[in-house]
Amino acid sequence: MNARLRYVLRLADTSLVLGQRLGEWVGHAPALEEDLGLANTALDLIGQARMLLTYAGELEGRGRSEDDLAMGRDQSDFLNFALVEQPNGDFGRTIVRQLLLDAFQLEVYEALQRSSDARLAEIAAKALKETRYHFRYSAGWVVRLGDGSEESHRRVQSALDDLWRFTRELFAEDDIDREMAAAGVAPSLAELQPRWSSRIDEVLQEATLTRPADAPYSWFGKRGEHTEHLGYLLAEMQFLHRAYPGASW
Amino acid sequence: MVVAADRESAAPPTAGSQAVGGGAATREAAVWRVLEAVQDPEIPVLSIVDLGIVRHVEWRDDGRLHVGITPTYSGCPATEVIRSLIEHALSRAGFANAVLDNVLSPPWTSDWLTEKGKQKLRAFGIAPPAESVSSVRRLFGAPTVVPCPKCGSRATERVSEFGSTPCKAHYRCTVCLEPFDYFKCI
Repeated sequence: MNARLRYVLRLADTSLVLGQRLGEWVGHAPALEEDLGLANTALDLIGQARMLLTYAGELEGRGRSEDDLAMGRDQSDFLNFALVEQPNGDFGRTIVRQLLLDAFQLEVYEALQRSSDARLAEIAAKALKETRYHFRYSAGWVVRLGDGSEESHRRVQSALDDLWRFTRELFAEDDIDREMAAAGVAPSLAELQPRWSSRIDEVLQEATLTRPADAPYSWFGKRGEHTEHLGYLLAEMQFLHRAYPGASW
Repeated sequence: MVVAADRESAAPPTAGSQAVGGGAATREAAVWRVLEAVQDPEIPVLSIVDLGIVRHVEWRDDGRLHVGITPTYSGCPATEVIRSLIEHALSRAGFANAVLDNVLSPPWTSDWLTEKGKQKLRAFGIAPPAESVSSVRRLFGAPTVVPCPKCGSRATERVSEFGSTPCKAHYRCTVCLEPFDYFKCI
Protein backbone atom coordinates (compact mmCIF):
# COMPACT_ATOMS: atom_id res chain seq x y z
CA MET A 1 0.00 0.00 0.00
CA ASN A 2 1.54 3.31 -0.98
CA ALA A 3 2.10 6.19 1.42
CA ARG A 4 -0.52 8.49 -0.07
CA LEU A 5 -3.23 5.86 0.18
CA ARG A 6 -2.32 5.14 3.79
CA TYR A 7 -2.31 8.83 4.61
CA VAL A 8 -5.79 9.34 3.12
CA LEU A 9 -7.08 6.28 5.00
CA ARG A 10 -5.78 7.71 8.26
CA LEU A 11 -7.80 10.86 7.74
CA ALA A 12 -10.84 8.95 6.50
CA ASP A 13 -10.89 6.32 9.24
CA THR A 14 -10.40 8.90 11.98
CA SER A 15 -13.50 10.78 10.80
CA LEU A 16 -15.50 7.61 10.23
CA VAL A 17 -14.79 6.02 13.61
CA LEU A 18 -15.46 9.23 15.53
CA GLY A 19 -18.66 9.75 13.55
CA GLN A 20 -19.78 6.23 14.47
CA ARG A 21 -18.95 6.84 18.15
CA LEU A 22 -20.94 10.08 18.23
CA GLY A 23 -23.82 8.28 16.54
CA GLU A 24 -24.09 6.09 19.65
CA TRP A 25 -25.41 9.15 21.48
CA VAL A 26 -28.46 9.56 19.28
CA GLY A 27 -31.48 9.28 21.53
CA HIS A 28 -29.32 9.18 24.67
CA ALA A 29 -27.78 12.65 25.01
CA PRO A 30 -28.43 14.63 28.21
CA ALA A 31 -30.67 17.15 26.38
CA LEU A 32 -32.37 17.37 23.01
CA GLU A 33 -30.04 20.18 21.88
CA GLU A 34 -26.98 18.07 22.64
CA ASP A 35 -28.55 15.08 20.90
CA LEU A 36 -28.86 17.24 17.78
CA GLY A 37 -25.41 18.71 18.22
CA LEU A 38 -23.68 15.35 18.48
CA ALA A 39 -25.73 13.83 15.65
CA ASN A 40 -25.01 16.77 13.35
CA THR A 41 -21.31 16.58 14.12
CA ALA A 42 -21.40 12.83 13.43
CA LEU A 43 -23.07 13.51 10.10
CA ASP A 44 -20.37 15.98 9.07
CA LEU A 45 -17.63 13.54 10.06
CA ILE A 46 -19.21 10.66 8.16
CA GLY A 47 -19.66 12.95 5.15
CA GLN A 48 -15.96 13.81 5.28
CA ALA A 49 -15.11 10.13 5.60
CA ARG A 50 -17.19 9.35 2.51
CA MET A 51 -15.31 11.84 0.36
CA LEU A 52 -11.97 10.60 1.67
CA LEU A 53 -12.81 6.91 1.32
CA THR A 54 -14.03 7.43 -2.24
CA TYR A 55 -10.67 9.01 -2.98
CA ALA A 56 -8.83 6.20 -1.19
CA GLY A 57 -10.69 3.67 -3.36
CA GLU A 58 -9.52 5.49 -6.48
CA LEU A 59 -5.93 5.62 -5.25
CA GLU A 60 -6.03 1.93 -4.47
CA GLY A 61 -7.26 1.20 -8.00
CA ARG A 62 -8.98 -2.09 -7.16
CA GLY A 63 -12.47 -0.80 -7.78
CA ARG A 64 -13.42 -0.63 -4.09
CA SER A 65 -16.11 1.92 -3.21
CA GLU A 66 -16.46 4.00 -0.02
CA ASP A 67 -18.83 1.33 1.32
CA ASP A 68 -16.46 -1.53 0.50
CA LEU A 69 -13.71 0.23 2.40
CA ALA A 70 -15.85 1.22 5.38
CA MET A 71 -17.67 -2.07 5.76
CA GLY A 72 -15.30 -4.65 4.32
CA ARG A 73 -12.03 -4.02 6.14
CA ASP A 74 -10.94 -5.58 9.40
CA GLN A 75 -9.64 -3.94 12.54
CA SER A 76 -5.97 -3.99 11.62
CA ASP A 77 -6.72 -2.37 8.24
CA PHE A 78 -8.27 0.63 9.97
CA LEU A 79 -5.77 3.45 10.34
CA ASN A 80 -7.63 5.84 12.67
CA PHE A 81 -6.07 7.35 15.77
CA ALA A 82 -6.68 5.28 18.89
CA LEU A 83 -8.13 8.42 20.52
CA VAL A 84 -11.31 8.36 18.46
CA GLU A 85 -12.16 4.71 19.11
CA GLN A 86 -12.21 5.27 22.90
CA PRO A 87 -15.67 4.67 24.38
CA ASN A 88 -17.98 7.63 24.88
CA GLY A 89 -18.23 7.42 28.67
CA ASP A 90 -20.30 10.31 30.01
CA PHE A 91 -21.09 13.46 28.02
CA GLY A 92 -18.05 15.21 29.52
CA ARG A 93 -15.68 12.51 28.33
CA THR A 94 -17.21 12.53 24.85
CA ILE A 95 -16.79 16.29 24.63
CA VAL A 96 -13.17 16.22 25.86
CA ARG A 97 -12.31 13.59 23.22
CA GLN A 98 -14.07 15.79 20.67
CA LEU A 99 -12.10 18.89 21.66
CA LEU A 100 -8.76 17.11 21.37
CA LEU A 101 -9.58 15.86 17.88
CA ASP A 102 -11.42 18.99 16.64
CA ALA A 103 -8.38 21.12 17.48
CA PHE A 104 -6.19 18.67 15.55
CA GLN A 105 -8.47 18.52 12.50
CA LEU A 106 -8.64 22.32 12.47
CA GLU A 107 -4.87 22.54 12.04
CA VAL A 108 -4.66 19.66 9.57
CA TYR A 109 -7.49 20.80 7.30
CA GLU A 110 -6.26 24.39 7.44
CA ALA A 111 -2.86 23.24 6.16
CA LEU A 112 -4.22 20.66 3.71
CA GLN A 113 -6.00 23.43 1.81
CA ARG A 114 -2.56 24.16 0.37
CA SER A 115 -1.72 20.51 -0.32
CA SER A 116 0.01 19.61 -3.56
CA ASP A 117 -2.75 17.00 -3.86
CA ALA A 118 -5.63 18.97 -5.41
CA ARG A 119 -8.25 16.45 -4.34
CA LEU A 120 -7.20 16.56 -0.69
CA ALA A 121 -7.06 20.34 -0.86
CA GLU A 122 -10.68 20.64 -1.94
CA ILE A 123 -11.93 18.08 0.58
CA ALA A 124 -10.03 19.95 3.32
CA ALA A 125 -11.51 23.31 2.33
CA LYS A 126 -14.98 21.81 2.64
CA ALA A 127 -14.29 20.00 5.91
CA LEU A 128 -12.59 23.00 7.52
CA LYS A 129 -15.81 25.04 7.62
CA GLU A 130 -17.59 22.24 9.44
CA THR A 131 -14.67 21.60 11.78
CA ARG A 132 -14.63 25.24 12.92
CA TYR A 133 -18.24 24.80 14.00
CA HIS A 134 -17.42 21.54 15.79
CA PHE A 135 -14.53 23.16 17.65
CA ARG A 136 -16.69 26.06 18.83
CA TYR A 137 -19.19 23.55 20.16
CA SER A 138 -16.73 21.24 21.93
CA ALA A 139 -14.61 24.09 23.31
CA GLY A 140 -17.75 25.85 24.55
CA TRP A 141 -18.85 22.76 26.46
CA VAL A 142 -15.43 22.00 27.91
CA VAL A 143 -15.35 25.54 29.32
CA ARG A 144 -18.89 25.28 30.70
CA LEU A 145 -18.26 21.91 32.32
CA GLY A 146 -14.73 22.65 33.52
CA ASP A 147 -15.70 25.99 34.99
CA GLY A 148 -19.09 24.64 36.08
CA SER A 149 -19.98 22.73 39.21
CA GLU A 150 -17.56 20.78 41.36
CA GLU A 151 -18.99 17.57 39.93
CA SER A 152 -18.72 18.62 36.28
CA HIS A 153 -15.18 19.91 36.84
CA ARG A 154 -14.12 16.65 38.45
CA ARG A 155 -15.58 14.58 35.63
CA VAL A 156 -14.05 16.47 32.70
CA GLN A 157 -10.69 16.70 34.46
CA SER A 158 -10.68 12.94 34.95
CA ALA A 159 -11.68 12.39 31.29
CA LEU A 160 -8.84 14.67 30.23
CA ASP A 161 -6.37 12.85 32.48
CA ASP A 162 -7.44 9.54 30.99
CA LEU A 163 -7.57 10.55 27.32
CA TRP A 164 -4.43 12.67 27.24
CA ARG A 165 -2.16 9.65 26.65
CA PHE A 166 -3.83 9.16 23.25
CA THR A 167 -2.86 12.64 22.03
CA ARG A 168 0.77 11.71 21.66
CA GLU A 169 -0.08 9.66 18.60
CA LEU A 170 -1.49 12.70 16.79
CA PHE A 171 1.99 14.18 16.49
CA ALA A 172 4.16 11.07 16.50
CA GLU A 173 5.61 11.34 13.00
CA ASP A 174 6.39 8.16 11.15
CA ASP A 175 7.66 7.38 7.63
CA ILE A 176 4.26 8.00 6.04
CA ASP A 177 3.92 11.42 7.66
CA ARG A 178 7.44 12.38 6.67
CA GLU A 179 7.07 11.17 3.10
CA MET A 180 3.79 13.05 2.66
CA ALA A 181 5.22 16.22 4.20
CA ALA A 182 8.26 16.03 1.92
CA ALA A 183 5.99 15.68 -1.12
CA GLY A 184 4.01 18.75 -0.07
CA VAL A 185 0.89 16.60 0.34
CA ALA A 186 0.60 16.89 4.12
CA PRO A 187 1.76 19.44 6.68
CA SER A 188 4.68 18.68 8.95
CA LEU A 189 3.31 17.43 12.25
CA ALA A 190 6.17 19.04 14.15
CA GLU A 191 4.92 22.40 12.89
CA LEU A 192 1.31 21.71 13.79
CA GLN A 193 1.97 20.58 17.33
CA PRO A 194 2.69 23.97 18.95
CA ARG A 195 -0.39 25.49 17.33
CA TRP A 196 -2.60 22.64 18.54
CA SER A 197 -1.00 22.86 21.94
CA SER A 198 -1.62 26.57 22.43
CA ARG A 199 -5.19 26.26 21.18
CA ILE A 200 -5.85 23.49 23.72
CA ASP A 201 -4.09 25.41 26.51
CA GLU A 202 -6.28 28.43 25.86
CA VAL A 203 -9.45 26.35 26.27
CA LEU A 204 -8.16 24.46 29.31
CA GLN A 205 -7.18 27.68 31.01
CA GLU A 206 -10.60 29.21 30.53
CA ALA A 207 -12.13 25.94 31.69
CA THR A 208 -9.94 25.98 34.85
CA LEU A 209 -8.65 22.54 33.89
CA THR A 210 -5.11 21.27 34.35
CA ARG A 211 -3.15 20.02 31.37
CA PRO A 212 -1.89 16.50 32.15
CA ALA A 213 1.74 15.46 31.71
CA ASP A 214 2.62 13.92 28.35
CA ALA A 215 2.69 10.13 28.20
CA PRO A 216 6.05 8.46 27.67
CA TYR A 217 4.72 6.08 25.01
CA SER A 218 2.09 5.98 22.32
CA TRP A 219 -0.46 3.79 20.63
CA PHE A 220 -0.27 3.61 16.88
CA GLY A 221 -3.81 3.28 15.65
CA LYS A 222 -2.62 4.96 12.49
CA ARG A 223 -0.49 1.88 11.81
CA GLY A 224 -3.39 -0.46 12.53
CA GLU A 225 -2.40 -1.16 16.17
CA HIS A 226 -5.60 -0.54 18.07
CA THR A 227 -6.95 -0.66 21.59
CA GLU A 228 -9.50 -3.37 22.38
CA HIS A 229 -12.41 -1.01 21.72
CA LEU A 230 -12.27 -0.72 17.94
CA GLY A 231 -13.30 -4.32 17.25
CA TYR A 232 -16.62 -3.93 19.08
CA LEU A 233 -17.36 -0.70 17.26
CA LEU A 234 -16.67 -2.28 13.87
CA ALA A 235 -18.71 -5.36 14.73
CA GLU A 236 -21.75 -3.17 15.25
CA MET A 237 -21.07 -0.86 12.32
CA GLN A 238 -20.33 -3.62 9.81
CA PHE A 239 -22.81 -6.28 10.90
CA LEU A 240 -25.53 -5.63 8.36
CA HIS A 241 -23.20 -5.27 5.42
CA ARG A 242 -21.36 -8.48 6.28
CA ALA A 243 -24.42 -10.56 7.14
CA TYR A 244 -26.25 -9.50 3.99
CA PRO A 245 -23.57 -8.67 1.40
CA GLY A 246 -24.82 -6.28 -1.24
CA ALA A 247 -27.99 -5.42 0.71
CA SER A 248 -29.54 -2.13 -0.33
CA TRP A 249 -32.77 -0.20 0.04
CA MET B 1 -40.75 4.54 -28.58
CA VAL B 2 -37.58 6.55 -28.49
CA VAL B 3 -34.77 5.36 -26.24
CA ALA B 4 -33.07 7.84 -23.96
CA ALA B 5 -29.81 7.95 -25.87
CA ASP B 6 -31.52 8.77 -29.14
CA ARG B 7 -33.69 11.43 -27.61
CA GLU B 8 -30.67 13.10 -26.22
CA SER B 9 -28.60 13.13 -29.39
CA ALA B 10 -31.57 14.28 -31.46
CA ALA B 11 -32.31 17.06 -28.95
CA PRO B 12 -35.30 16.21 -26.78
CA PRO B 13 -38.77 17.56 -27.64
CA THR B 14 -38.97 20.27 -24.97
CA ALA B 15 -35.41 21.40 -25.30
CA GLY B 16 -35.52 21.10 -29.06
CA SER B 17 -38.53 23.33 -29.48
CA GLN B 18 -37.01 25.96 -27.19
CA ALA B 19 -33.67 25.74 -28.87
CA VAL B 20 -34.89 26.62 -32.34
CA GLY B 21 -32.90 29.61 -33.49
CA GLY B 22 -31.36 29.92 -30.04
CA GLY B 23 -28.48 27.50 -29.72
CA ALA B 24 -26.60 26.51 -26.61
CA ALA B 25 -27.45 29.55 -24.50
CA THR B 26 -31.18 29.04 -24.97
CA ARG B 27 -30.93 25.34 -24.21
CA GLU B 28 -28.97 26.08 -21.06
CA ALA B 29 -31.48 28.72 -19.99
CA ALA B 30 -34.20 26.10 -20.39
CA VAL B 31 -32.28 23.76 -18.08
CA TRP B 32 -31.89 26.51 -15.49
CA ARG B 33 -35.67 27.02 -15.58
CA VAL B 34 -36.17 23.31 -14.90
CA LEU B 35 -33.69 23.45 -12.01
CA GLU B 36 -35.38 26.52 -10.53
CA ALA B 37 -38.45 24.37 -10.05
CA VAL B 38 -36.57 21.64 -8.13
CA GLN B 39 -37.27 22.14 -4.43
CA ASP B 40 -34.89 21.47 -1.62
CA PRO B 41 -36.41 18.42 0.13
CA GLU B 42 -35.83 19.78 3.62
CA ILE B 43 -36.66 23.43 3.01
CA PRO B 44 -39.23 23.11 0.20
CA VAL B 45 -39.68 26.88 -0.02
CA LEU B 46 -36.20 27.07 -1.57
CA SER B 47 -35.25 25.82 -4.99
CA ILE B 48 -31.83 24.30 -5.44
CA VAL B 49 -30.90 27.37 -7.49
CA ASP B 50 -31.89 29.69 -4.60
CA LEU B 51 -29.75 27.53 -2.32
CA GLY B 52 -26.76 28.14 -4.57
CA ILE B 53 -25.77 24.53 -5.07
CA VAL B 54 -26.00 24.41 -8.89
CA ARG B 55 -22.54 25.26 -10.15
CA HIS B 56 -22.72 24.75 -13.92
CA VAL B 57 -25.10 23.81 -16.72
CA GLU B 58 -23.42 23.07 -20.02
CA TRP B 59 -23.23 20.72 -22.94
CA ARG B 60 -19.73 19.28 -23.10
CA ASP B 61 -17.70 17.70 -25.88
CA ASP B 62 -19.09 14.28 -24.99
CA GLY B 63 -22.39 15.58 -26.35
CA ARG B 64 -24.09 15.28 -22.98
CA LEU B 65 -25.62 17.82 -20.66
CA HIS B 66 -23.51 18.32 -17.52
CA VAL B 67 -25.01 19.78 -14.37
CA GLY B 68 -22.59 20.54 -11.52
CA ILE B 69 -23.92 20.17 -7.97
CA THR B 70 -22.08 20.97 -4.74
CA PRO B 71 -23.10 19.65 -1.31
CA THR B 72 -24.00 22.17 1.40
CA TYR B 73 -22.61 20.00 4.22
CA SER B 74 -20.40 16.98 3.53
CA GLY B 75 -22.79 14.61 5.24
CA CYS B 76 -26.09 16.25 4.34
CA PRO B 77 -28.47 13.31 3.77
CA ALA B 78 -30.55 15.44 1.39
CA THR B 79 -27.74 15.38 -1.18
CA GLU B 80 -28.75 11.97 -2.57
CA VAL B 81 -32.41 12.95 -2.69
CA ILE B 82 -31.56 16.18 -4.47
CA ARG B 83 -29.58 14.31 -7.11
CA SER B 84 -32.46 12.00 -7.88
CA LEU B 85 -34.95 14.90 -7.92
CA ILE B 86 -32.75 16.66 -10.48
CA GLU B 87 -32.42 13.57 -12.66
CA HIS B 88 -36.15 13.07 -12.54
CA ALA B 89 -37.00 16.71 -13.34
CA LEU B 90 -34.51 16.86 -16.20
CA SER B 91 -35.66 13.68 -17.83
CA ARG B 92 -39.30 14.71 -17.47
CA ALA B 93 -38.44 17.98 -19.25
CA GLY B 94 -36.81 16.04 -22.05
CA PHE B 95 -33.19 16.31 -20.93
CA ALA B 96 -32.55 12.62 -20.44
CA ASN B 97 -29.14 11.15 -19.82
CA ALA B 98 -27.68 14.24 -18.14
CA VAL B 99 -24.45 13.84 -16.20
CA LEU B 100 -24.50 15.18 -12.63
CA ASP B 101 -21.00 16.31 -11.73
CA ASN B 102 -20.09 16.47 -8.06
CA VAL B 103 -18.28 19.79 -7.51
CA LEU B 104 -16.40 20.40 -4.25
CA SER B 105 -14.43 23.51 -5.01
CA PRO B 106 -14.98 26.28 -4.18
CA PRO B 107 -16.86 24.90 -1.18
CA TRP B 108 -20.42 25.99 -0.53
CA THR B 109 -20.97 28.59 2.17
CA SER B 110 -24.14 30.37 3.22
CA ASP B 111 -22.94 33.29 1.03
CA TRP B 112 -24.04 31.22 -1.99
CA LEU B 113 -27.67 31.59 -0.97
CA THR B 114 -29.29 34.04 -3.40
CA GLU B 115 -31.04 37.27 -2.31
CA LYS B 116 -34.31 35.78 -3.51
CA GLY B 117 -33.58 32.69 -1.45
CA LYS B 118 -33.04 34.78 1.69
CA GLN B 119 -36.36 36.55 1.21
CA LYS B 120 -38.15 33.24 0.71
CA LEU B 121 -36.60 31.87 3.90
CA ARG B 122 -37.73 34.85 5.95
CA ALA B 123 -41.26 34.62 4.55
CA PHE B 124 -41.26 30.93 5.47
CA GLY B 125 -40.28 31.64 9.10
CA ILE B 126 -36.60 30.71 8.90
CA ALA B 127 -34.12 33.49 9.70
CA PRO B 128 -31.63 33.78 6.82
CA PRO B 129 -27.87 33.97 7.52
CA ALA B 130 -27.35 37.27 9.30
CA GLU B 131 -24.09 38.25 7.68
CA SER B 132 -21.47 37.18 5.21
CA VAL B 133 -19.09 34.48 6.38
CA SER B 134 -16.27 36.61 5.03
CA SER B 135 -17.21 39.71 7.04
CA VAL B 136 -14.54 41.22 9.28
CA ARG B 137 -16.90 41.37 12.24
CA ARG B 138 -17.20 37.60 12.20
CA LEU B 139 -13.46 37.22 12.02
CA PHE B 140 -13.18 38.91 15.39
CA GLY B 141 -15.93 36.78 16.86
CA ALA B 142 -18.43 39.60 17.36
CA PRO B 143 -21.79 38.10 18.33
CA THR B 144 -24.33 38.02 15.55
CA VAL B 145 -27.78 39.50 15.96
CA VAL B 146 -30.40 37.28 14.38
CA PRO B 147 -33.67 39.18 13.90
CA CYS B 148 -36.87 37.22 14.54
CA PRO B 149 -38.44 36.20 11.21
CA LYS B 150 -41.94 36.54 12.75
CA CYS B 151 -41.95 39.93 14.49
CA GLY B 152 -38.64 41.41 13.37
CA SER B 153 -37.39 41.97 16.93
CA ARG B 154 -33.64 41.88 17.42
CA ALA B 155 -34.03 40.56 20.96
CA THR B 156 -33.46 36.89 20.24
CA GLU B 157 -31.40 34.18 21.90
CA ARG B 158 -29.70 31.06 20.67
CA VAL B 159 -31.13 27.83 22.05
CA SER B 160 -28.74 25.49 20.26
CA GLU B 161 -25.93 25.72 17.72
CA PHE B 162 -27.56 22.82 15.93
CA GLY B 163 -31.08 22.42 14.64
CA SER B 164 -33.39 20.12 12.73
CA THR B 165 -31.07 19.84 9.72
CA PRO B 166 -27.29 20.33 9.34
CA CYS B 167 -27.78 23.81 7.87
CA LYS B 168 -29.84 25.24 10.73
CA ALA B 169 -29.41 26.40 14.33
CA HIS B 170 -32.19 26.86 16.86
CA TYR B 171 -33.22 30.31 18.17
CA ARG B 172 -35.97 31.89 20.24
CA CYS B 173 -37.45 35.39 20.14
CA THR B 174 -37.69 36.95 23.58
CA VAL B 175 -40.35 39.43 22.46
CA CYS B 176 -42.96 37.33 20.64
CA LEU B 177 -41.61 34.17 22.32
CA GLU B 178 -41.66 32.27 19.03
CA PRO B 179 -38.99 29.60 18.60
CA PHE B 180 -37.49 29.61 15.11
CA ASP B 181 -34.85 28.07 12.87
CA TYR B 182 -31.83 30.08 11.81
CA PHE B 183 -30.05 29.21 8.58
CA LYS B 184 -26.57 29.20 10.04
CA CYS B 185 -23.53 30.98 8.64
CA ILE B 186 -20.81 28.57 7.67
